[in-house]
Amino acid sequence: MSLLEVQGLGIVFGGTRAVHNVSFSVKPGEIASVIGPNGAGKTTLFNLISGIYIPKSGRVRLNGEDVTGMEPHLLARRGLSRTFQNLQIFQAMTVLENVITGHHLEERGPIWSDLLSLPGSRRRSESARASARQLLERVGLGEVAHREAGSLSYGALKRLEIARALAVNPKILLLDEPAAGCNAVETREIDQLIAQVAAEGIAVLLVEHDMKMVMHISNYIVVLDHGEKISEGDPATVSRDPNVIEAYLGADVKDLPDADR
Amino acid sequence: MTRHTKLVTLLVLAALIAVAPLFFPSAFYYRVGSLVFVNGLAVVGMVILIGYAGQISLGHAGFVGIGAYTCALGPLYLGIHPSIAAVLGAILSAVMAWLVGRPILKLKGYYLGVATLGFGVLVSMVLSKEGAITGGPDGIAVPDLGLRGLLKDAGLNLTNAEFWYAFAGLALLLGAWIALNIYNSPTGRALRALHGSEVAARTVGIDVPRLKLQAFVISAVYASAAGSLLALQNKFITPDAAGFMHSIEMVTMAVLGGAGSVLGAVFGAAILTILPQVLTVFQEYEYILLGLVMMLVMIFLPEGILPSIGRRLRGKSE
Amino acid sequence: MPELMQFLLSGITVGAVYALIALGFTIIYNASDVVNFAQGEFVMLGGMITVFTYAAGLPLPLAAIVAIVLTAGVGVLLNKLAIEPARGAPVVSLIIITIGASIFIRGVAQVVFDKQLHRFPAFSGDAPIAVLGATILPQSLWVIAGAMAVFVGLYLFFTRTLLGRAVLATANNRMAAQLVGINTKYVMTLSFALSAAIGALGGVLVTPITLVSYDVGIGLALKGFAAAMLGGMGNPKGALVGGILLGIIEALTAGYISSQYKDAAAFVVIIAVLFAMPNGLFAKGSTDRV
Repeated sequence: MSLLEVQGLGIVFGGTRAVHNVSFSVKPGEIASVIGPNGAGKTTLFNLISGIYIPKSGRVRLNGEDVTGMEPHLLARRGLSRTFQNLQIFQAMTVLENVITGHHLEERGPIWSDLLSLPGSRRRSESARASARQLLERVGLGEVAHREAGSLSYGALKRLEIARALAVNPKILLLDEPAAGCNAVETREIDQLIAQVAAEGIAVLLVEHDMKMVMHISNYIVVLDHGEKISEGDPATVSRDPNVIEAYLGADVKDLPDADR
Repeated sequence: MTRHTKLVTLLVLAALIAVAPLFFPSAFYYRVGSLVFVNGLAVVGMVILIGYAGQISLGHAGFVGIGAYTCALGPLYLGIHPSIAAVLGAILSAVMAWLVGRPILKLKGYYLGVATLGFGVLVSMVLSKEGAITGGPDGIAVPDLGLRGLLKDAGLNLTNAEFWYAFAGLALLLGAWIALNIYNSPTGRALRALHGSEVAARTVGIDVPRLKLQAFVISAVYASAAGSLLALQNKFITPDAAGFMHSIEMVTMAVLGGAGSVLGAVFGAAILTILPQVLTVFQEYEYILLGLVMMLVMIFLPEGILPSIGRRLRGKSE
Repeated sequence: MPELMQFLLSGITVGAVYALIALGFTIIYNASDVVNFAQGEFVMLGGMITVFTYAAGLPLPLAAIVAIVLTAGVGVLLNKLAIEPARGAPVVSLIIITIGASIFIRGVAQVVFDKQLHRFPAFSGDAPIAVLGATILPQSLWVIAGAMAVFVGLYLFFTRTLLGRAVLATANNRMAAQLVGINTKYVMTLSFALSAAIGALGGVLVTPITLVSYDVGIGLALKGFAAAMLGGMGNPKGALVGGILLGIIEALTAGYISSQYKDAAAFVVIIAVLFAMPNGLFAKGSTDRV
């Protein structure tokens, strides 16, 4: 059974059909990528699935339940979490605090308990703090746990967002350009991280421009152009699809999908 | 901020409260001190709303007015003891904050500011115009709390000024303790998160509207408590306590010292309370000075005075 | 019926002043994304400076011009000294700065002038004119005519002159305007001067009717803000309609509900607008990009 099912999803912005009739599904433990030229509607698609925008048409199903247009915090409870293309880090909090906050669903409790710092509240905080520390180690940010988040480098912040998204304990993780702005080493680390996450049974839906990474890591690819799906399938199929090659014509040669590189 | 900082902050505050009287040239300063603590209590509440949650309210004095006037009108019309009236005021403020906050907190920036401003002005208008009930613009008397009398019977003899200094000081410490508890708790993190990025906060499961409302209600209760203390200590209250100028002063005190911290709040409250008292000679120039302080601090020290000093002391080692 | 007419006429008169204040808000908001809470002080200064220069012996028209010019200067100083240094600051800071400026100006007025109510003679006498069963003061006609003149004049300025279009361009997209060679700093200065002058003119026109004192500023600012919001913040057409509408609502409230709570009308309007149509009557819809 698929974990995430998207059917005929569409939205219109001021007369333009930013996303139109997009359908696909993602299974548990699967790594699916959404690719396409700039402006194809990839991030808009993410925003539609993750509850930031309400679709004009179509349905989103999570574990069989219709969650179309559901509020992001309710989607989080149902196991959907995400990162953002234009980082949405909690700048004024420390690196560790950012990830502890990712554990919100786990650590929240009655407000009285927090106001009076009752043992229950402190226990919940401690437990979340311990989990958060582990996650930071996992993404290689253990050393900078107590630095102010805003002081980190771009690549590190990308990893921080992933750690925070993992803290939500998701069943499906939406990553919006996790490797953007990263060098080859950082990209490889993220590549490995994603593979590990998928190996644990978490589905991953990826938007990425780094074709090398996409071809290497994905089980399944969906190609968007001008808001519509123009191709889908495994990396080999998609990279040979003439529709895909045509959509990318005019872009740099090195951006063309090529499974042999 | 760690658990360390919480203890240190409370100790510093407690020490300042305990030690300050040694330096008082006259009993008058007990009055100034208790006024600082009362304002400080209200402003600590503002820190939770503005500093932690990143919201604005230009009408929070409305809740101060509610807390103050219940202490005057409760005993008068309902025959209840002033202490019960104060609790009633807090409940009433919480309910009003809940009702008003639910729609209002959907707004942001200037719109939120003006909507809250409207609320505050409406409260002070009602308090001023329904003179038959509230005593109108000239104010109304507030009965004695009675606690000082009880202490006297128990053997502890304090003057009125001394009693209120201690009582308000204790209230401030309690308020500070709660605010510090919040900061490092799950609720506090959720508030600070939605301040940092509302959209990211939503995606980690934070129910943003609910949290904003919680911050609004909590800060309203702080303001109400401060209003009750103000009314009880002066044994008198006027609608100005709920007025627009008072709301602006509360916001300025919060931001002056550094909107994110409890100590900053108390510092800001201290400055803006002591300054007019010290400058009563310059009553004429009160507005000029207040306006100048507001502009200069926000232009040159936008984070507030304490954080800016802290940054300068730490140098560029970050 | 004549009662209703009377309320409408007084509502339109005071509404014209609100419209001018709202227009001032709009110009500054469009130029700098700042809501200038000191806007009402410009009205106060327009009235007060005229009062005192007239009392000092200047003929009324000259006193008025002096007041308007001086107030425009205050507007320019406000921008240079308080707003420009704080560019890009968070909204809370800007709110405190402009409210601080408003308090400061009020404080200076209190010291330089005094705390009394003042007026000067109406421009063409006080004999009420009969209109449709009600009466209207000649000065009210001056107020309405003056407001109309300002709106028409500004419309022509923004659409027919190069400078006016430069101001609009800057309001629309500051960066692009700079790139095509528009001196955006000058445009900002001009916007503040214009906004202050308009406010001052409103003060000059209305003082013979409502009188003026050092502390009328903040109430006027709040009402002007309500009017600007009603019409759609940033929309000059909206400022006009919002102002007149607010004036009428206020007059009707005073007449039919309670004169005590007439001032509350503005706040109820603000709150109603914020919930029913947060973008006002005329604002264009916009979409957020995340």
